[in-house]
Amino acid sequence: MTVVTSGEDLAKKIAEAIPGSVISSDKTSVMVDAAKLAQVAEFLKNTPGLDFNYLNFATAVDYIDYFELVYRLLSMEHNHSLVLKTRCYDRENPTVPSIVSLWRGAYFQEREMFDMFGIKFEGHPDLRRLLTWEGFKGYPLRRDYL
Amino acid sequence: MPIKTEPFYLNLGPQHPSTHGVFRLRVELDGEVIVNVEPIIGYLHRGIEKLAETRTYTQVIPLTDRLDYVASMTNNLAYCLSVEKLAGIKVPERAEYLRVIFSELMRLANHFLAIGAFLNDCGALATPLIYMWREREKIVDLCEMTCGQRLLFNYMRVGGVSQDVPEEFMPALKKFVAEMPKFIGEYEQLIKQNEIFLARTKGVGILPKETAINIGASGPVLRGSGVNWDIRKKDPYSIYERFDFEVPTGEVGDCYDRFWVRLREMRQSVRILEQAIVQIPAKGPIRADVPQFFRPPAGEAYGHIEAPKGNLGFYVVSDGSIAPYRVHIFPPSLINVTALADMAIGWKVADLIIVFGSIDVVLGEIDR
Repeated sequence: MTVVTSGEDLAKKIAEAIPGSVISSDKTSVMVDAAKLAQVAEFLKNTPGLDFNYLNFATAVDYIDYFELVYRLLSMEHNHSLVLKTRCYDRENPTVPSIVSLWRGAYFQEREMFDMFGIKFEGHPDLRRLLTWEGFKGYPLRRDYL
Repeated sequence: MPIKTEPFYLNLGPQHPSTHGVFRLRVELDGEVIVNVEPIIGYLHRGIEKLAETRTYTQVIPLTDRLDYVASMTNNLAYCLSVEKLAGIKVPERAEYLRVIFSELMRLANHFLAIGAFLNDCGALATPLIYMWREREKIVDLCEMTCGQRLLFNYMRVGGVSQDVPEEFMPALKKFVAEMPKFIGEYEQLIKQNEIFLARTKGVGILPKETAINIGASGPVLRGSGVNWDIRKKDPYSIYERFDFEVPTGEVGDCYDRFWVRLREMRQSVRILEQAIVQIPAKGPIRADVPQFFRPPAGEAYGHIEAPKGNLGFYVVSDGSIAPYRVHIFPPSLINVTALADMAIGWKVADLIIVFGSIDVVLGEIDR
């Protein structure tokens, strides 16, 4: 059974390593500052004992006031998982660091989020629309898109 | 003096028999050797995630059928599992067994088609595919017997299944399960030692273990690379911890290993079916008492299953209303296709068809 890592315990470890990165945490997830997402992700991937080497999925949810990005990470070695979240309050030009350099599985998923929500990923090698065509207007999965 | 060369671009698809749907590959070639591959997708995009936001929780189930249409009941199951997690619904015993029986039948149905089509891609035209198709027909008949559908079943419900199986189902299933090992053995004998098949697949399109993990591959693609990772074992859902089965893995991660993992997985599915037939309670409710319009408490849930093609997950967010606030579908094929470039670069165009066939993608699920 995959163990769900306690977000509270992990938040302490993350805050120690990267001060000022953790915003909140609960039993299953950790919310981090969007600007420090890449740093936190790297910490989670490369720290012995955590070893989150597998990106399960990455997605975004539009809560109108903000976009919430959800990453579910998994460690195959220890069989534990974590939900990493971050929020993006800028609706006009939302920007989040890319994690493609850490987990290449994010390549299509970040492109999809760009396509569907208009979230820009800094450092993504080739950020283009994925499912809709070039020249498509608007971002379909935003709540205000009709 | 070096000869001046320039890359040559080839568009494979969107309408091409070897792409298994509407899928385009932009291949950069140096002579006949592949320099780069870029998958271009979205030709089958129907906006299922957006459509789901305007439907009730139950009304989303038929939409999920349209994802992996080769094994559509598994999509129903993954979605229902996440909604059940969200709403805290317990599924009756008999329904759990029916779910397992149908997921394993779907796994067989998918692997029949995957292997058959893969061999078709290898150049063994029609015969191996039609053999598989013949057996797959029996599974489709079993499903038709149960829910009247042959392709898009819409059978699972939140809290159970839509209806009980008819009387004639169990004898037919027993007959099917009894025949299966012989058929798989025959098929193995037909293909496994075939010299042309071995020459075309052994050592072709190798996906190293580390790369497979890094790109987040799942299913036979991941296991073919030698990673023992099966959600049925590692994070059991439904009642899978009650069954005794093995997880076959490959060694090298080439096209042959992926084929070989699938073929052995079929035997394991038959084993699970044999056990399920014995264990299933003869009578009992098949659906929890779930109202037609129910409102799960605000929150989020992620349910995932080991679908035939890999890790299929649904991330469902509820705001307490009758419709989901957001449904995110995480399909295995989309991620597995990321690995295509790693496997195909350096090989020839003819090998690209085989490498792509060995991933086993379905476009309904990639484009959603």
